[in-house]
Amino acid sequence: MRKFKIDHKFEFTTLITLYAQWIREGKLKVNSDWNKDLKIKFTAQDPCNMVRKTWGQKMADDMRFVIRTIVGEENFIDMVPNGINNYCCGGGGGALQAGFTDQRRAYGKVKFNQIQETRATYVFAPCHNCHAQIEDIGHHFGGHYNVVHIWTIMCLAMGVLGENERTYLGDDLKDIGLNKEDQP
Amino acid sequence: MSLPIEINDMEPEFKALVLDRVPTANLDLCLTCGTCTAGCPASELFEMDPRKLVRMVVLGLDEEIAKTPWAWVCTMCTRCVNACPMKVDIPKLVYNMRAGWPREKRPKGILGSCDMHIRAGNAMGVPTEDFIWTVEDVAEEIQMTDPRFKDMQVSVDRPGAYYAINQNSREPVTEPDELAPLWKILHAVGADWTYPSVMWGGENYCLFLADDEGWRYILEEFVYHIDNTLKCPVVVNTE
Ligand code: SF4
Ligand code: SF4
Repeated sequence: MRKFKIDHKFEFTTLITLYAQWIREGKLKVNSDWNKDLKIKFTAQDPCNMVRKTWGQKMADDMRFVIRTIVGEENFIDMVPNGINNYCCGGGGGALQAGFTDQRRAYGKVKFNQIQETRATYVFAPCHNCHAQIEDIGHHFGGHYNVVHIWTIMCLAMGVLGENERTYLGDDLKDIGLNKEDQP
Repeated sequence: MSLPIEINDMEPEFKALVLDRVPTANLDLCLTCGTCTAGCPASELFEMDPRKLVRMVVLGLDEEIAKTPWAWVCTMCTRCVNACPMKVDIPKLVYNMRAGWPREKRPKGILGSCDMHIRAGNAMGVPTEDFIWTVEDVAEEIQMTDPRFKDMQVSVDRPGAYYAINQNSREPVTEPDELAPLWKILHAVGADWTYPSVMWGGENYCLFLADDEGWRYILEEFVYHIDNTLKCPVVVNTE
């Protein structure tokens, strides 16, 4: 909208900014108790569009604050480099639909290596392009990680994630919080 | 065999065009330091890299530039310009390379998604009624089966809602159950929200296609709907 100088009255924000705000205000009551004993490790992709191209490091920091809250400080392992210096996943800018599959995957190898280095078994990808690309390079290069949205793990942590909302979870998390006795 | 460069014979037309459209592209300021190339995952693909591209543009190798498909594997991620000491705007240069391709020759996948978005309001081509039906159907199922969410509010085009939330069109089509976790979070915090029905797809393929006209049309329709029909003060970009 800046590019075309289109005037608008509304303000623009992102879900991640709101999650962070709601957690700080105490409106969103969520913690990482579910992962205290499981100690499942997570890493996160910084979507270029949201982080480097639009809201900058503040968005990257908010995202980490939200993630650390829901998975536990010690269970979040950052990629190197990260934040505004993170690498693009390789699926952005239309690359997923452009048809140059070999090149897209060669590009994605950089991301794949970054993820493998963290040894995390779950990758947060709060952007649909990143999500699809990181899943694809995981399968292609033989990775053993799952790719998730923040909302999935958030609901898991809140004990409200439904049985059919678990497509992206690995077997280790498929049943967590479903049985009455597991619930906080 | 190496040849001397004849400065007087160079006609860098493409460079002039890009500088005309993007006066801050700084193409002449490149120091050839290679910082961009060192940190670009698209380096070496199609035997190209960002520094090489800037050299080609400055030297007026317009034919070669028009031929390489590299503009479609650079993701316009802006990592290079972020690190460049001279702020050479390689992603905007790449955008203009894409725009230089005849529209019908641009990658079919992106072209199709852009055209669909212009026509249907989302890149998957979901008719608006189907979107509304899917949303209501998934919501009803949860309200009926989970007592914790029996009062959960889910709506499309509810005027006056505080938040208008963008939705990528992939979920309603291929994985409707994935819509629900977000609703549950919004319910837990008592957010007053709705989905807009006009240009509701959160994706933007016309930008990727370098189709200014299509991109602009989508944004204008969206802005008009939010500001005038729904009057939502805040638009929220989804995950
Ligand atoms: S980082 Fe900037 S100055 Fe250095 S080679 Fe790349 S474009 Fe030129
Ligand atoms: S914008 Fe293109 S050239 Fe620059 S770092 Fe990203 S992929 Fe490489």
